[in-house]
Amino acid sequence: MDYSGNGKQMSGKVLTVTSGKGGVGKTTLTANLAAALAADGLKVVCIDADIGLRNLDVILGLENRIVYDLVDVVEGRCRLRQAMIRDKRLPELYLIPAAQTRDKNAVSPSDMVRLANELRQEMDWILIDSPAGIERGFRNAIAPADIVLVVTNPEVSAVRDADRIIGLIEAEEKGPAKLVINRIKPVMVKRGEMLSMEDVLELLAIELVGLIPEDENVVISANRGNPIALNGKTKAAQSFRNIARRLQGHKVPFLEMQEDGSLFGRLARMLRAGGN
Amino acid sequence: MNGFFEKLFRREPNSASQAKERLKLVLIHDRTDMAPGKLEEMKDELIAVISRYVDIDPDAVRIDMAQEGREQRLIADIPLRAVGRRRMN
Repeated sequence: MDYSGNGKQMSGKVLTVTSGKGGVGKTTLTANLAAALAADGLKVVCIDADIGLRNLDVILGLENRIVYDLVDVVEGRCRLRQAMIRDKRLPELYLIPAAQTRDKNAVSPSDMVRLANELRQEMDWILIDSPAGIERGFRNAIAPADIVLVVTNPEVSAVRDADRIIGLIEAEEKGPAKLVINRIKPVMVKRGEMLSMEDVLELLAIELVGLIPEDENVVISANRGNPIALNGKTKAAQSFRNIARRLQGHKVPFLEMQEDGSLFGRLARMLRAGGN
Repeated sequence: MNGFFEKLFRREPNSASQAKERLKLVLIHDRTDMAPGKLEEMKDELIAVISRYVDIDPDAVRIDMAQEGREQRLIADIPLRAVGRRRMN
């Protein structure tokens, strides 16, 4: 599982995060992976490819510093560097925001390939946050990808859409995609009321690179514009950091999802299960 | 696992296994772009064609889609009727 390339030669990897269904955690994963990779000392730029519905800027807490956006770069109204917002916390983390008020057809897949190739010269990682759906925006997002991550939740609609998108990625010769299962609730899995990691893997049959438990702290950190992977202590925070490590070619075991076995933890679970 | 309690308190299988079984079928049809009804139609046509050559029991024919990783497979089990063809000749 070595995606890290040959190190010395400066040719960054392009990783696209997509899902098919909306609301499964693409933007959160992109922001946290970017933060975790940059915290490991790598040069990272993330591109919000969701033109018209940009969000990566707020999740990263960079919304107030936008001057230029992706469409400005593509249409030559600014230089690439001018559209790259530098993060205050991590000196080598940048964001190229999506345009909020432009036609989504302002960018084409070949524009994205050109842009990514330029960024490869200076960056270790180029992360692209894909819009939901299977249309132009999705095609833009995967066009330059070396690696495609598909995010899903353990729910019927998200798994079905993930399967569809995995097929499309294969058809575009960008596969095999790699899977991240987000928002798993170990207590529900234990009760047999939520698809388990094993169930989802059996259905989708692609390699798993991340398993992230549901965690309200992810919402709290998004409220603050401060990615949880930066210094969060929870399992979700650790899970994001682990994905970043795996992408760099490290073998990191998946976290045990079951909650603590302390008396308090067990009591809390029993009460929750009893109340249904 | 918790099969004992399941039998005691529930009649339905738990929702996770229902989800998995339903998804298995849905994904097969999504991947092959073949609606469930189409499979039945094809089955009838296949039976008609095969019957022209050999004697089969239409009710015993089983044609199903199966998943193997991300590969889809059409599996047909067509039992032939035991006819003493030689003796008849």
